[in-house]
Parts: sequence; C-alpha cells; structure tokens
Amino acid sequence: MDWFGAFIVVFASGLRLAIPLILACLAGLWSERSGVVDIGLEGKILVGAFASAAGATFTGSVWIGLASGIAATIAVSLVHGYASIDQRANQIVSGTAINMVADGMTALVGNAIWSQGGRTPELPSSAQFEAINLPLAREIGAIPIVGPIYERLLSGHDLITYLAFLMVPLTYWALYSTRFGLRLRAVGENPAAVDTAGISVRALRYSAVVICGVLVGLAGVYLVLSQEAYFQPHMSAGRGFIALAALVFAKWRPWPALATCILFGFLDALAIRLQGVELPVIGPVPVQAIEALPYLLTVVLLAGFIGKAIPPRASGIPYVKDR
Amino acid sequence: MTIEAGTAPAAIELIGIDKSFGPVHANRNVNLVVERGVIHGVVGENGAGKSTLMSILYGFYEADSGEIRVNGEPVRIRSSREAISHGIGMVHQHFMLVPPLSVLENVMLGAEGGVLLAGGASAIRRKLAGLGKEYGLEVDPDATVGELSVGLQQRVEILKALVRGAEILVLDEPTAVLTPAEADQLFEMLRVLKSQNKTIIFITHKLREIMSLTDRVSVMRRGEMVATFDTAKTSPPELADAMVGRKVILKIDKGAAHPGKVALEIRDLVVRDDRGVVRVDGVSFVLREGEILGVAGVAGNGQSELLEALAGIRPLSGGEILVDGEPLPPAEHNPHSERVIGIGHVPEDRHRVGLVMPFEACESAMLGFHYEKVYGKGLLYSRKAIIADAEDKMEAFDVRPRAPLLKTANFSGGNQQKLVLAREIERNPKIMLVGQPTRGVDIGAIEFIHKRIVAQRDAGKAILLVSVELDEIFALSDRIIVLCGGRVTGERKPEETDPQDLGLLMAGVSERAA
Amino acid sequence: MSAPLKPLPVWADVAVIPLVNVAAAFVISGFVVLAIGENPLEAVQILITGALGDLEGIGFTLYYATSFIFTGLAVAFCFHAGLFNIGVEGQAYIAGLGAALVALHFGFLPGYFLVVAAIIGAALFGAAFAAIPGYLQAYRDSHIVITTIMFNYIASAIMGYLLVEVLRVPGQMNAETTAFRSTGRVPQFHDIMGALGVHWPVTPFNLSFLLALAAAFAVWVVIWRTRLGYEIRTVGANPTAAIYGGISPARVTVVTTLVSGALAGGLAVNVILGEEHRLILEYTAGFGFVGIAVALMGRAHPVGIILAAILFGMLYQGGAELAFDKPKISRDMIVVIQGLVVLFAGALEHMFRRPVATLLARRTAQPPI
Repeated sequence: MDWFGAFIVVFASGLRLAIPLILACLAGLWSERSGVVDIGLEGKILVGAFASAAGATFTGSVWIGLASGIAATIAVSLVHGYASIDQRANQIVSGTAINMVADGMTALVGNAIWSQGGRTPELPSSAQFEAINLPLAREIGAIPIVGPIYERLLSGHDLITYLAFLMVPLTYWALYSTRFGLRLRAVGENPAAVDTAGISVRALRYSAVVICGVLVGLAGVYLVLSQEAYFQPHMSAGRGFIALAALVFAKWRPWPALATCILFGFLDALAIRLQGVELPVIGPVPVQAIEALPYLLTVVLLAGFIGKAIPPRASGIPYVKDR
Repeated sequence: MTIEAGTAPAAIELIGIDKSFGPVHANRNVNLVVERGVIHGVVGENGAGKSTLMSILYGFYEADSGEIRVNGEPVRIRSSREAISHGIGMVHQHFMLVPPLSVLENVMLGAEGGVLLAGGASAIRRKLAGLGKEYGLEVDPDATVGELSVGLQQRVEILKALVRGAEILVLDEPTAVLTPAEADQLFEMLRVLKSQNKTIIFITHKLREIMSLTDRVSVMRRGEMVATFDTAKTSPPELADAMVGRKVILKIDKGAAHPGKVALEIRDLVVRDDRGVVRVDGVSFVLREGEILGVAGVAGNGQSELLEALAGIRPLSGGEILVDGEPLPPAEHNPHSERVIGIGHVPEDRHRVGLVMPFEACESAMLGFHYEKVYGKGLLYSRKAIIADAEDKMEAFDVRPRAPLLKTANFSGGNQQKLVLAREIERNPKIMLVGQPTRGVDIGAIEFIHKRIVAQRDAGKAILLVSVELDEIFALSDRIIVLCGGRVTGERKPEETDPQDLGLLMAGVSERAA
Repeated sequence: MSAPLKPLPVWADVAVIPLVNVAAAFVISGFVVLAIGENPLEAVQILITGALGDLEGIGFTLYYATSFIFTGLAVAFCFHAGLFNIGVEGQAYIAGLGAALVALHFGFLPGYFLVVAAIIGAALFGAAFAAIPGYLQAYRDSHIVITTIMFNYIASAIMGYLLVEVLRVPGQMNAETTAFRSTGRVPQFHDIMGALGVHWPVTPFNLSFLLALAAAFAVWVVIWRTRLGYEIRTVGANPTAAIYGGISPARVTVVTTLVSGALAGGLAVNVILGEEHRLILEYTAGFGFVGIAVALMGRAHPVGIILAAILFGMLYQGGAELAFDKPKISRDMIVVIQGLVVLFAGALEHMFRRPVATLLARRTAQPPI
C-alpha cells in the first residue's frame, strides 16, 4: 500500500476514534467552564452507551436509542449537579461515585436482561446510524490526493460524527457570542460577580450540567449506534479520562479541544496500526508508549513545564454566598 | 437644573435598620438620609457596621427590621437585581470582576441587552465611549480586566454601575487598594459624577478623604449611627471623637515600665502582601525588654503584614530584623526557628491562623511547639504529657471549661484566645508579638488577658502589641507608634497623648500643629 | 436561605449519620436487586453464607479484606492531609513490579529475607510512584486528582510494556513473569495450619493479613501519636495554621503521598507475593478504587477501615457465590454497591443531616411552657 493511502486510512480511523473524545471533551468543557468539575465523564459515556443500546434493542428504532441514551446521561448529570451545586459536595468524590455506579450498573442490568455477560444483542443495521455519503463522493474520489481525502476522510460518516464536528463551532459560538455563554464563562471564574450582577449562579450551573449530559450522552450513543452495534461492559475503555486529559491539554477551549481530541484519536489509531510492526532500527514499536503519550503530555503541561494549564478559577469550589 | 435641598425627596433614606448575625448585632436602629446630588461619607472604625449597612442597601443581606426609601418611595431590596433596578450601583471593596474577561464583557455581564452579545455589545461600546467622554472614565473596552491596574479595575466597576443606569453609587473603602495618585484620580471622577447630579455614598475610615471629598458625613460606631455633620462645619478632631466615642477606658493596675536593653530592632522594613503590593514601607523601631510597644492604626494599614513578617510567616522585601542586637539570619526567618529562639506570636486571627478548630483543645495548645520533647521523648507522643501540659495551661489561664479533650471550636471566643495566649506565654519567650489580643472577646476575658500581658512586661519580656482598639493601646502601651499607609506617622507616650491626637495620626494627618 | 443547622450531638455525628448514609446505599442496592427480578433478602442470605458460611468462604473474605485494608489505608492517609489520591490503583500496580523484581532477582538472600526484601521493594516502588504526583502538587501546583488519574494510565502502559515485551517468559503466551521461589512468597494460612497439623481449606488467605492489621495500627499511631501525624492533620484541617505553626504544607504533602504509595504497595504484597506468586497483567483489578469506598465508609479511621474492608471482602467473596447461584446478580452488583457507598457516604454525606437533626430535635424538644 502506498504511504498516502496508508496515511488516509490511519487518519480516517483516528477521526472515528476521536468522535467520542470530542463529544465527551466538550461536555466536560461546558461543565467545568461553569465551575463544576466532572471526572465522571467515563461513567456517563457508559450510561449513554448502555441506555441507547437498550432503547434501540427494545424498539428497533435508532431515534429512540438516541433519545434514551441522552435522557439517561442527563439524569446522571443531574445527580452530579445536585451533589455539587445543592449539597456542596466534594465534586471529585461525586464523580468517582458516578464512575463506579455506572460501570457496575450497566454491566449488571445488561447481564440481567440479556444473559450474555452484560453484552447486548447486536443491533440490526436499521437500528444503527447509517453512513451519509456526501454528494459525488465516488466521482470525486477518482481525483488524486483531493479525491481520497473527500471520499474517505470527509464523506461516508454517520450523523453523530457530523454532529460532533458541528458541536465545536456551536460551542464556540455559544460560549463567546451569546448571553448565556458570557454568564457561563463568568460563573466558572467568579460566581460572586455573577451573583452581584443579579444572575442566578445555581440556574447557570444546572444548565451547564444538563448540556454536559447531552454531549457526553452523544459520546456514549456513538459507541453503540455508530460504531459497535452492541453494548459491552466497560466499553468506554478510559475514553472519559482521555477526554478529561484533552480538556486540560486544550486549556478548556473549544477549538484546541477539537485539535487535541483528533491528535489523541490519531495516536490511538497509530498504536493500533503499529501493533506488532517491526520498524527498522527501533525494532518492535512500543505501542504502550504511544498509548501513554496523551496522559504524559497532560501531566507535563499541568506541571507547567510547557506552558501552563490553569483551570477556571472557581471550578470545584461550591458557591457559598455568605463570607 | 439644580434642585433645592428639602424640596425634592432624599435619594436614600434608611430608617431604623437592624441586623444581627447570630450573637453579633451588626446594625442597631440605623437611620441615614442621603440627599440627591451629594457626596455623602460614612466613617467608622473597623467593625462599626458600615459594610453590613451597605450590603443591606444593595440587597446582599436583608435587614431584620427597618425601612429603605429610594427617592421617597418605600422599597424592598431582596437581591442585587432589585437594587440595580432602583438605580443603586455598588463598587465593592473586593471587586466583583471576572479577571480573564474583557472590560466590555465585564460591563455587559447581567446587562447584555439580548440573547446574543453582538447587538448589546455595540450599544454598550457606545455607552462606554459616551461615559468616557462625559466623566473622564476612559478605559479600553477590549483590554483583559486581569491585566489592568487596580485603579483601572475600579474604574471598570464604576462603569458597570453607570451602564446599568445607577443614579446612586455606593463605594465601599474604595481607596484601600489605590495608590495616592489613583485615589486623586478617583476623587476627580467622583466630583464630575456629582456635578452630573449623581448621588455618591463613600465609605471610608480615612478622615483626610472625608474632609477633602464629601459634602456631608455620617459617623458609625459599634453598629449605631452616632452623628451626621455638614463636612464644612466639622473638623477631623470632632469626627475622630465621634468615631472613637467616649469609651470607658479600661484602667488596669500597671506600674511604671522599666525598659531594659533592646530586644528587637527593625530597620527600614519593607513587606509586600500576597498580591505584591507594598504594605509595610520602610518601618523602623526598637523594642526593649520590659516594655509594651503599642502599634496603633486603622486596620489594613500594614499592621498585619508587619506582624506576619516579624513572626517569620511573610518574607521581607527589604530591611532587616535584629534580635538582641544580632541580625536574624535568613535561615532563621521562619516561624519554627523564631519560636526556638524565644519569639512568641499571638496571631490576629485565632480562627484562621492561631488554632485548628476541629482539633482537641490539647492539640491546639501545642501548635508550633509540637516538636518539643515535653510531649514525648521518643518517636511517639505521650497523650498523658499532652493532656497534662494542656491542663497546666488551662489552669494557669483559667480556660473554661477545663476540658483538654473538648474540640477547640466548642470553646467561647474568650477562652479560645486564652488558650492561644497560654500556649505562647507558657514557653517563656523573651519577645512577644501580640495581635488583636481581645478581638471578639467578652469583657471579663479582656481584663484577664490585659493583666497577663502586663505581667509579662513586668517579668522583663519585650512585647509588641498590635491593636485597632485605641483603648487597648492606651491601657497597655508604654510607648505608642502609629501606622498609616505602611509608614510610621508618629510616636507618642500614652500619658502625653489622647485618642483625638492618635486618631489624626491614624488618619494620616501627620504631626499636630504645635 | 435555610436556617443554619444546629450542631448534632457527637454520637450522632460519629455513628448515626455514617450508618444512615451506608444504609441508604444498601437500601438502594436492594431495590436494584428487586428491579432485576430477584429477592434482595434471599440475595443477602446467599451472600452472607457464601462469605462466612464455611472456612473456605471466610478465607477468601479475609483475603479480599486484606487487599482493601491496604488500599483503604492508602486513600485515607492522604485524606488526613486534605489530599485526594485516586492513583492507588496505579501505585499498587507499580508496587507489584517492585515486589516481583526483588523476588526474582534477589534470590541470594537467605530464607525469608527474600520475601521481606520483596515487601520493601513493593513499598518503595509504590511510594516513589505516588511521590511524583505529590511533588507536582506541592511544588508545581498541579492538581493531584488529575495527575493521579493520568498516572493510573501511565502505570498501566508501563506495566503492559514491561510484562509483554520484557518480563514475559520466552515462549509463554501469558504476559506474566516466572513464579517466585518459595522464600519469595508470603506464607499462606492453610500451609501454616497444615504444618501445625490442623486442616484448613486451600484459600489465598495469607499472612499479609497480619501485615495489613499491623499497617492499620501503624497508621493509627502515626496519625494520632506522632509529630508527623500531627503535622499531616494540621495541614489537612487548616494549612494557614500549619504555616503559623512552623509546618511546611509542601513537605507534608510529599511525605504523605510517599507513605500513601507505600501502603498501596500492600496490595502487591497480598496478591502478588501472597497468592499469585508471579507478576501478572492488570492484577490490581480495580481494588485501588475499592479503597476509596473503604476509606470513605471507614471515615478515614483505621478501625473503620478494617470494618469496611471486611464488609467489602464479604461482598466480593459472597458476591462471587451469589453470581454463581443467581446468574442475574453478577459480580458487577458489588461495584454498584461500592459506587453507592461512595455516593452516599462521600458526596452526599450531609444529605441526611437535616432530617436526622430534625428527628433528634423533635425527640428531645421541650414542650412549650
């Protein structure tokens, strides 16, 4: 295979792997920009995936699968919101709890219903999102260089993929061009300023938590209704934490979040591709090194060795009005 | 379009405002009338209830009883939003700004003028430009607030209020964070606002500012509004008198001091606060054995930083500390080493600094001395020794209840403070740094604590006393220095001065005309 | 705004609230069992019988409990300094490497000195791996929660590489090391009993349990009876007061994470040196995270941790039996319970405060005069 073709293949697979990361990362961005730290993304992806698999399996409808996935993650997000906003809980503890409950509950219920060790039955293609071919994909595909990029990289993805990419400019626009976005950015930095301006801190943070639920729900839905066609226990496989790392790496900004998620997805695809490959001089590729790279980069960035990732100033701190 | 006073309703009337926080009665039956188009000063010592009163006016707290009238109309103000809608704007002492956002975004927050920012933004840009011209309040709308100087940040706060259509502007201690030049600019700005018939309530404890800026001035003392004057018809001594009041000067039996050799000397000390602002600006003094040197001053004039620097908590930005005539080596400028060489420290804030509230009293009673062998010779502590040591301290300082195992938080303020004193005194230091020893302490405990401090002096200890309570300074000190703006504005003997004289020094009015 | 809460009596704070919280977690778990169509009471009965019904069950229960005591202590030790160490899983994993390297390469050591050295190896590796996030928190201001999460994955990658590419026995399919010699193993309980002529069923229960109890006692001593513990608790409760008292929060942070990582190494001692006798892939199996639940449920006190660890040991052992008897209640149920305990004993710990306070107030209220 020629190098360009191989690159397209790896890159396309990296893009696919990046989709749930992008959605989960944006979800975390909304939550943390409002001041609610969310380390429960991993668990929420699982809940979204499981609920969408269950919904689609029972009804045969991809749309009901989508709706139930999102509804379930909103519910879980509200639990985290209640703990973080009303109960002024330690948000790390709350997120940890959500990860555990989600991990256990999805496997338990899946196993109880379908008795396949937690796996759900494979969905018929009618209950999955289908690839959307962009116009003239085949025809343009014949053109060298540009063709394969259009046909294999840009065309042929499903609804959620396009939605995920749409969410980036949408998030950017909402954050920086709308009243809600302005207030949200402010509440994550200095809730007292928002409060004295006569705006409800609580309502803002709950809204953010719900948006987080929708987006991270989509990430879970994608795994089932776009990628695998079934739910399997622990299938989130650390994506929630990679998304968290990407969020830190992107310094809580939408476009850098997209770039980081694509980079991390690409690294993942590369690791899969290079599994067992012997390179000249180096020998067998230490795949684990590539896998660990996102985490390592994030730690280095967080420690301020290259640049500095400063989280929203009020994130993780419950707002108490009286001083 | 001048309106004769008396014909138009007052901009603000506060009638019989009362507010308590638990046992603390912050405002008692406060009345205040602020006429339209004037600059009205509110002065008072720290804790006099000024900020609470203004927070009630701005809807941050609700009064327990009393009435607020705006332009003659009775109103209820339950939130900041309602205060804004009545045309009240507030510039908080701690700015309510979002540092990473731009000036424009900060000004817009809560007054965006629509779901999308674009429309409102251009309107507010125009307003900002207009206000900039009208009042000389120019500031780049696209600058990031966190990168602006403190003076400009304050300007943004004022603009926030004006953009929302504030007719009445409340400024809470606005000059506390400003350089003198910035303060002058602020005053100029406020005079322009006044000329446009805006009403300004100006809270401060600096008499110089009151005299130079305000038209009328009200004085608060211990939660009450004690007097209101036309500024032109009053004088700093009269205001200082009203602020300090005819306090019952606590008399304690105190013989003459017999100062010995110099125990502590500081030369040209410069200390910065956490934000890098110089708070102690070239202070020098000597402290002798067997004397109490009182440091008077309104809170926030560098006393806290001075005390922390001397105790080794805060680094020095300049100058030096000499103990027994020898410069304190940098390696020993830390709380632990200073305790070892015999410098005790009663911090100003026992809750946040001096004690660990969830700890048992006996554990709080060893903080800072926890490394000592008395508490256990080997690797392990001896509970017996810890409890016995605490019992001794509690006995010696009459801490009640005598319960070494009770949580620190469960003791009253006076008994907590006695515990701190016991801890710092019982190890027999030669120098004692004492901050606000009787803040929030009941009368009985005050007397007890004062006697103990004097007893320490008589035992030959060198004692530095920092207090914002003038009567405490008078009752205990053998010598008084006054800090204002981080500098020593004067030194007095207590028998050669009076509260009015000190009040002037504290207000930065240097050396009284002889 | 609601009225401030009156402080609860001490006994309510120490006993009633935590019990109510844990009870809530179990009641909800009961409803989950009901919802998947099983009888919760019957499930509890099978679970308890499976965990404590015979010597074999007890052996397994205590084996699991040993692991949880170590990881619970590791998490709790950091709690006292106000630090949240989510990285016990990764620290224990790396500690396994330390244990294995010593057990495999220090064979020249006489007799059981080998296993002692291997235990020290586990503690050192765990401590070192925990101290990096500790150092970054103390001196580089990077949040220990995020760093320890990242370090879990980094540990996983390091160990995956080493086990697959370096330590694996040539020609072997499984990514694991060779077995340790017998002096590199913590003696198992049934062997000891056998040597004494008493029959005891074969279980993984080993002497690490005694080490765990000793560690719990040592943690209690350190936290409440030493200068270090005093400094740790002061930093956790009030860092400003700590500085005033001449204590360096940064130094305390690093020391605390060192000790915490060493405690995490106990998991390697129990599982690697005590049962598997070789280093295997992903041996930690999420037990590091169980430590979070155990520490929260045990209120960060060693006695509470031992009790909570035994309860979780019962859940793991009884849960296995339960999954066998009632296939619908798979072992994932245990993870659900664990999560609910973290939720109710941790995140929502104050939720029942007001109802309990109201209830107590009503009971003790004086009739109006």
